[in-house]
Amino acid sequence: MATTAATVDQLSHAGHVDTRSFLRKYIFSTDHKTIGIQFLIMSLVFLALGGTLAMMMRWQLGFPGRPIPGGSVLPETMAPGGVLLPEFYNSLVTMHGTFMVFFAIMPLLVGVFGNFLIPLKIGAPDMAFPRINMASFWVAASAGIIMLAGFLVEGGAAGAGWTSYAPLSETAEYSGVSLGQQLWCVSLIVLGLSSILGALNYITTVINMRAPGMTWFRLPLSIWALFITAILVLLAIPILSGAVIMLLFDQTIGTHFFQPAAGGQVLLWQHLFWFFGHPEVYILILPAMGMASDIIANGSRKPIFGYESMVFAIIGIGFLGWVVWGHHMFQSGMNPTLGQTFMISTLFIAVPSAIKVFNWLGTMWRGTLHFHVPMMHAVAFVAMFVIGGLSGVFMASTPFDIYIHDTYFIVAHIHYVLFGGSLFALFASITYWYPKMFGRMMSPFWGKVHFWLTLVFYNCVFFPMHQLGLHGHMRRIYDPTQYDFLKPLQPLNEFISIAAFLLFASQAIFALNFILSWFFGAKAEANPWKDNALEWTVSSPPPHGNFPETPTVYRGPYEYSSPEVSEDYLPQNKRLPTDRAPAPQPAGH
Amino acid sequence: MHWLSWMLPPGASTFAGKIDFIYYVILTITGVAFFLVEGALVVFLVKYRARAGRKAEYIHGSTRAEITWTSVTAVTVVVLGVMSVPVWNLVKGRNSVPADAMPLAIQAQQFEWHVTYPGKDGQLGTADDFELRNQLHVVVNRPTVVMLTSIDVIHSFFVPAWRLKQDAVPGLHIRVWFQPTEVGEFELGCAELCGLGHYRMRAQVTVHTQEDYDRWLAEQSQNVAIR
Repeated sequence: MATTAATVDQLSHAGHVDTRSFLRKYIFSTDHKTIGIQFLIMSLVFLALGGTLAMMMRWQLGFPGRPIPGGSVLPETMAPGGVLLPEFYNSLVTMHGTFMVFFAIMPLLVGVFGNFLIPLKIGAPDMAFPRINMASFWVAASAGIIMLAGFLVEGGAAGAGWTSYAPLSETAEYSGVSLGQQLWCVSLIVLGLSSILGALNYITTVINMRAPGMTWFRLPLSIWALFITAILVLLAIPILSGAVIMLLFDQTIGTHFFQPAAGGQVLLWQHLFWFFGHPEVYILILPAMGMASDIIANGSRKPIFGYESMVFAIIGIGFLGWVVWGHHMFQSGMNPTLGQTFMISTLFIAVPSAIKVFNWLGTMWRGTLHFHVPMMHAVAFVAMFVIGGLSGVFMASTPFDIYIHDTYFIVAHIHYVLFGGSLFALFASITYWYPKMFGRMMSPFWGKVHFWLTLVFYNCVFFPMHQLGLHGHMRRIYDPTQYDFLKPLQPLNEFISIAAFLLFASQAIFALNFILSWFFGAKAEANPWKDNALEWTVSSPPPHGNFPETPTVYRGPYEYSSPEVSEDYLPQNKRLPTDRAPAPQPAGH
Repeated sequence: MHWLSWMLPPGASTFAGKIDFIYYVILTITGVAFFLVEGALVVFLVKYRARAGRKAEYIHGSTRAEITWTSVTAVTVVVLGVMSVPVWNLVKGRNSVPADAMPLAIQAQQFEWHVTYPGKDGQLGTADDFELRNQLHVVVNRPTVVMLTSIDVIHSFFVPAWRLKQDAVPGLHIRVWFQPTEVGEFELGCAELCGLGHYRMRAQVTVHTQEDYDRWLAEQSQNVAIR
């Protein structure tokens, strides 16, 4: 803690005259806030790209074999005459999943809000390792460029699915893609490095740099979630990197880890991928849960219901997330007895998830709900996450999974969790912390328009996918009309596609609101939402070094409508006559 | 098909009914949970919306509520797990294949299904075996066991009407069994992304009566003899 104080002193002695050059301030910045914003811009660009890829897929599924409007700009190798080729469709499937998971949702949650919120919310001047933090962004950006390059090389981008199951992903003979598949591997290895650098920074910062009085059980739930997520990232990403390096070796230097003809094991890839992949699922939802908790308490003007059980649910999910990977492999040929074990552990993960949902409801119960735009998105997050959680029960049951595995039921489920869950929580978080990031407010009117259009079209797109799945519609097929039993579903596919185009178009409102508010939005005061957490006690945006002097914390972040004060909020650092100064830090800490 | 219907299409194998039953149990439980939770949410949103003169109550939680919803959820998932185990064992368990099942071998390959039939002797690996491409012929009400493998990438054997899916994995020979209950034509599709022809890796499934099958088998054996 002594080091923290020293850094803050140095920064305050500089008198806030920011002498950094343009390059140091905006490009190669070591300020966690700037790095968070850099991650934000990068991942929103990739989010838009991932969405564009999905629109092309939806065109083909809704109107198979018809030329895509404006598709003549695509080269012959992707869409001759504007009609998508099956191999290009496979690249779309693969790159949509890859960009959304690794370059949009994960950096939005972890890269953006891990960076922006952790130091501000714990009362620290910056991350523990600011230069490593800067490196983490530029490494991630390079990984994104390598992944994008796949579209430009001969043979096209990777086409074996975002899960890259071996041996399809091993040779061009099987997938038709050679260099693109290798670039996929290289990009993920590079991205993994960025994630590991970020994670060790977050963990160190949360453990070592909390302000005086910021005990573990006074941490906002967003910070608890980001902390547990960082531990998951640190442990899970090396497994992915290892697996991907093995795959790259199989592709390039003639090893045979996953090739049975030469003694390799096909299922080894799946075990490694999902041993990473299931913790990854929780990496993609825990921070969303944490930030939604902060926003729901604020919007309800009421303390979060069951703070401690929320913390233990986060830890419980983080732990159980390691022992459920086999549920992705029930039909893979894995020992069926193992299937039973994984079914039980998977069903049990419903328990901490249910605890969280009930506590959000409990928070709203007897509150006074203020529906600002972030609150609307956070409430939608709860409503949609409930659907995604409940649909997960169907596939956890091994016998019913036999039928719905690899169908659109799974596609519906993952999108209810990742879009309905994570992305709605992200819309909530972006609109909530936008004033703190940019010093201006986003337009609440256009925010509400965007919210309602998104909520309606989102459900029109993904809810009927449950029905497609229940009729046996397989995933990742280029032309469903090849099957007689799928032909009656074609009108539904068309409906979904049209709803998807409208959903995509509605995002332009968000994009415009985001960009225009940056320049023309109303100036934000320090605490526009009347929140208790430390970041709202400093100006919007906070100065370099965050806090003019290290704040002292007297309570948790959810003291809304406390009887001790007349206002309906009570900041964490406000000292009441009854508060005692926190115990001095032990020597040598 | 009704657009928002949660009913399953008709099943046509002995275990389809058991799998569908589990589905309807889960549908009922999750359906009740869905309406309770989303209903409570909507009620709260309306009832506790900010109005002049109302202040939120200063409540931090309730241990009793936490214990209640934790244990109710835990008990429910345990019940679902206990229900699922016997059906899973029946379909996929290593010792579940009936001893009198008719043997077939299926080799998946980009992008077709090679089905090897045992011929008249009912034994695979003998001289009268013959192979057909993208045609699966079986007998109604008779258990059939398929030795499933792949020679290139992973494919997945999926007959929706039988509620049966099993990945075909290169390097593994997986025994998968079923017993059709309906005569007629069905479709076999590939459910695992297997390359650019994945979407058209389709086979016709014909379920015969025993007499019908014998007649068909005789024809096929003749063709084999001529060849």
